[in-house]
Amino acid sequence: MQRRDFLKIVSGALLALILQPIGVLAAVWNKAAFEAVKINDAKNNLTIGQETPSKDIDIVAPDRAENGAIVQVEITSRIPNTEAISVLVENNPTALIGHFVFSNGALPQLVTRIKMADTSDIKVIVKAGNSYFSATKNVVVLENGCG
Amino acid sequence: MDNIKMRAKLSGDTTEVKMIMNHPMETGRKKDDFGQLIPAYFIQLVTAKLNDKIVLEMQWGTGISKNPYLTFYLKGAALNDKISVDWVDSLGKTGSGEIMVVAA
Repeated sequence: MQRRDFLKIVSGALLALILQPIGVLAAVWNKAAFEAVKINDAKNNLTIGQETPSKDIDIVAPDRAENGAIVQVEITSRIPNTEAISVLVENNPTALIGHFVFSNGALPQLVTRIKMADTSDIKVIVKAGNSYFSATKNVVVLENGCG
Repeated sequence: MDNIKMRAKLSGDTTEVKMIMNHPMETGRKKDDFGQLIPAYFIQLVTAKLNDKIVLEMQWGTGISKNPYLTFYLKGAALNDKISVDWVDSLGKTGSGEIMVVAA
């Protein structure tokens, strides 16, 4: 092995050691996932595995939204041990809206307001242990809210 | 910077926390009156804590509406407990707010 290669490997290992605690202590914004255009690419960047459709996820959103700039969405997961909820909109310029991680007594339920560029499904993916579950709700959007 | 309006109400064993943050949440795709693109500028990371213990960690993109609104629910909080929220946006600016849990 060349000395140069050896140094590369050692410095890489050291860097990994330094970076690791940061990842554990504080969430880092997942740039690749948020810049992904398609749901599947956002999912891959969030390391979301194969998901199963579930009736235990409720998505309350209007059937028709006059203004896509403000679409109120209420999400509730009744799946035991829900750890995280990801919210995606297929037809937005970038699909991933937000990623929510629950701990220490926070219930897997939230209300927020999102932007929708066009008529689309809102897709919610729930992580529970090593399993993933999903549900969708279609919203007809009359005015683009992503300008 | 105290720029989050918050409310935390305990009913039974569940606390409902509501908040509105003051932020333009620019997507980077909107043009100003002179046809110039307004650069992207949005909240990326939000952390909510109950008495300094993390309960909710969020990553947001440009798809969260302007002046972000959020409600979440919590078990294990008592009257007068402290709920605090901190955010960091895409320019590294920060915001925070805190509120005491009151009876519904």
